[in-house]
Amino acid sequence: MAEVEETLKRIQNHKGVIGTMVVNAEGIPIRTTLDNSTTVQYAGLLHQLTMKAKSTVRDIDPQNDLTFLRIRSKKHEVMVAPEVPLIPCNRKCSSPL
Amino acid sequence: MAPKTAARRMSGIPQPTARTTRKRDEDTGPDVGEGADEWTQAKTLLKPPDQLELTEAELKQEFTRILTANNPHAPQNIVRFSFKEGTYKPISFVDQLAVHFSLVGNMIPKDSDEGRRQNYRAEMTSESSQEDMEVQPSEAEGGEGGEGGKEGEPKEAESQGEVLAAEEVAEGEAEVEVEEVITPKKPTERKLTNQFNFNERASQTFNSPLRDRECQMEPPPRATFSATANQWEIYDAYMYELEKQEKTKEMEKSKGPVAKKTGMRTRRKMTSLESQSDDITKVTQAAKIVERMVNQNTYDDIAQDFKYYEDAADEYRDQEGTLLPLWKFQYDKAKRLAVTALCWNPRYKDLFAVGHGSYDFMKQNRGMLLLYTLKNPSFPEYIFSSECGIMCLDMHVNHPYLVAVGYYDGNVAIYNLKKPQSQPSYKSSAKLGKHSEPVWQVRWQKDDMDNNLNFFSVSSDGRIVSWTLVKNELMHTDIIKLNVEGTTTEGPEELNVYTIGCGTAFDFHKQIDYLFLVGTEEGKIYKCSKTYSSQFLDTFEAHNMAVDAVTWNPYHSKVFMSCSSDWTVKIWDHTIKKPMFVYDLNSAVGDIAWAPYSSTVFAAVTTDGKAHVFDLVINKYEAICNQPVVAKKKNKITHVQFNAIHPIIIVGDDRGQVTCLKLSPNLRKMPKEKKGQEVKRGPEVEVAKLDKLLNLVREVKS
Repeated sequence: MAEVEETLKRIQNHKGVIGTMVVNAEGIPIRTTLDNSTTVQYAGLLHQLTMKAKSTVRDIDPQNDLTFLRIRSKKHEVMVAPEVPLIPCNRKCSSPL
Repeated sequence: MAPKTAARRMSGIPQPTARTTRKRDEDTGPDVGEGADEWTQAKTLLKPPDQLELTEAELKQEFTRILTANNPHAPQNIVRFSFKEGTYKPISFVDQLAVHFSLVGNMIPKDSDEGRRQNYRAEMTSESSQEDMEVQPSEAEGGEGGEGGKEGEPKEAESQGEVLAAEEVAEGEAEVEVEEVITPKKPTERKLTNQFNFNERASQTFNSPLRDRECQMEPPPRATFSATANQWEIYDAYMYELEKQEKTKEMEKSKGPVAKKTGMRTRRKMTSLESQSDDITKVTQAAKIVERMVNQNTYDDIAQDFKYYEDAADEYRDQEGTLLPLWKFQYDKAKRLAVTALCWNPRYKDLFAVGHGSYDFMKQNRGMLLLYTLKNPSFPEYIFSSECGIMCLDMHVNHPYLVAVGYYDGNVAIYNLKKPQSQPSYKSSAKLGKHSEPVWQVRWQKDDMDNNLNFFSVSSDGRIVSWTLVKNELMHTDIIKLNVEGTTTEGPEELNVYTIGCGTAFDFHKQIDYLFLVGTEEGKIYKCSKTYSSQFLDTFEAHNMAVDAVTWNPYHSKVFMSCSSDWTVKIWDHTIKKPMFVYDLNSAVGDIAWAPYSSTVFAAVTTDGKAHVFDLVINKYEAICNQPVVAKKKNKITHVQFNAIHPIIIVGDDRGQVTCLKLSPNLRKMPKEKKGQEVKRGPEVEVAKLDKLLNLVREVKS
């Protein structure tokens, strides 16, 4: 468990990372470094998007699975990694390009 | 007039008829006839107290009374608002009708619809039994009026006279109209009832009042269920079923209650672990991925270079090449430790292991074993620390999670990467025959006949030991003792005391299993066999100083290379005592490595921080690349390794840093394709290439 914490801390301290978030299977944020409103907003939106992306990938080939999702915008980049086993769990962190 | 007549009457005269009295109205004088009564009755005029007082003249006045048909109660001055003029106007004509009594009757004309309907209904009920008479249905006439009456009459007259009825029916046939909705056949039967004696008695039962009795259950619990049927959901369902089936099969297969019990226990353990573990632990995998993603972003340009950059300047550089620095790997806690060993993972080509320790005899500290991946340059994947410096390591080919290490204190250990503990899984000890000097090299061997893992180690104490992992214990077997030949001194009691040489490097032949080379501190290289423990197959007087490394050529079975602190790198053919090629690098050579893609390319690193790459095909006498790799001048490079598939090398220095460099195209040259000829790749070509070179040299020498 400590390793996960370490990893999260490292990611947060990495150059260019604004915030990190851990979201559980229902889309409820478990842990975040951002403020509440932002967290809730990101959690809700990204959860749905990730589900959709995962559904898309698997629909095309059921043996395939979504590894991660990057959304690059003008200002930021959002990276989401869903948990690989059947328990979907979102991660997000954003960093400017 | 009234008072007068009243007065007359009161005179007491027996009352004549009203007429006569009236006639005598005018007579006021006393009559003889009346005289009789005069004295019986006094002439008193009784006036009601509220009698109207009138004068005589008024009394004689004649009033005309006319009888009109006007309603005295009708209002005479009704006004209505006229919108046209905007004023109230009196109505000229007022209704003078006075209704004294009104009664709504319930008689309907026979000819009307309702009348006919009722008639018909009456007939229906009364004629249901009789079937004699039938009024044939005729076409419905357009007009519905008027015939009902005729119909009714003949029917009623049936009971009285059939003939009559028949006649009339015949008459009325054409004119009989069909009742609106009713069936064409008209029952003309009529119950013959005795009109005089017939008595109908009806009684009605009590109609029980209707009462609604309702019963309502609790509605069943409802839940909304929605699901999507995607390709992958179907697939998952199938997979799940399959797994379940396989599990049941396995359960059946495992015989004996013991196995089942252990199965149950492990399952229970699993479930308890799962329930205890926090949600956060499920994120490990995802966290790793995100970390790599972030690193990819940060080191994006390096990653691009690694993959795609080919130094275009090489075309102009006339066979010389360069090394492009890519990533630098370092870890805080290993900063003060030198890199003592490097090894790429044989299965996962982006994973490599770094052993940290110290070459300094005086400053012996702790050690570390780190495993990095190219995907994450900022942090090692696995970290193991030990009390003693690690001097060498090797990864098993078939079990890429097993790492054998040798320590400075002479111990050896095996780390299992699959297990999260930071301690080695198996470790040797003094009891178990550890070396008494630092272990300089370890190498995994093929599994022995009992399928036990085993590896070899070489150390300065002159022993080459084979370690076997038997039932979770390391067992050692001395393979050979390095005796320095020619130095046997005769001891006092005719004992032969051998001076033991110190092994510093060894390498096993790729194809010939039992053959291996050992380099010593004295600068000799021994060719040994695993089977002969007392004697060497051959000895090479290789160097003047300690041999730092020996490696067999990956393609050519006869060629090997050695390097030493005496600044030289030598290439040998193991059948010939003298080296084929000798290179002087102006500085102590730390390590050498053959390239995996070509039999003629190799790299050497020196303590002055330079990396040298040679390609014998291109230039037999000089390096084609000679490049300082490490930043600080005092930094010594200790080890070098080629990656099996990528054109990169990793270089470790004594500051604990590992630098990754990309080989420019010139360093990776493959034999040129001759037009029209098929390009041959593969070991044979390499071997042939090297052979050609060697032959040249041999000819020259001989």
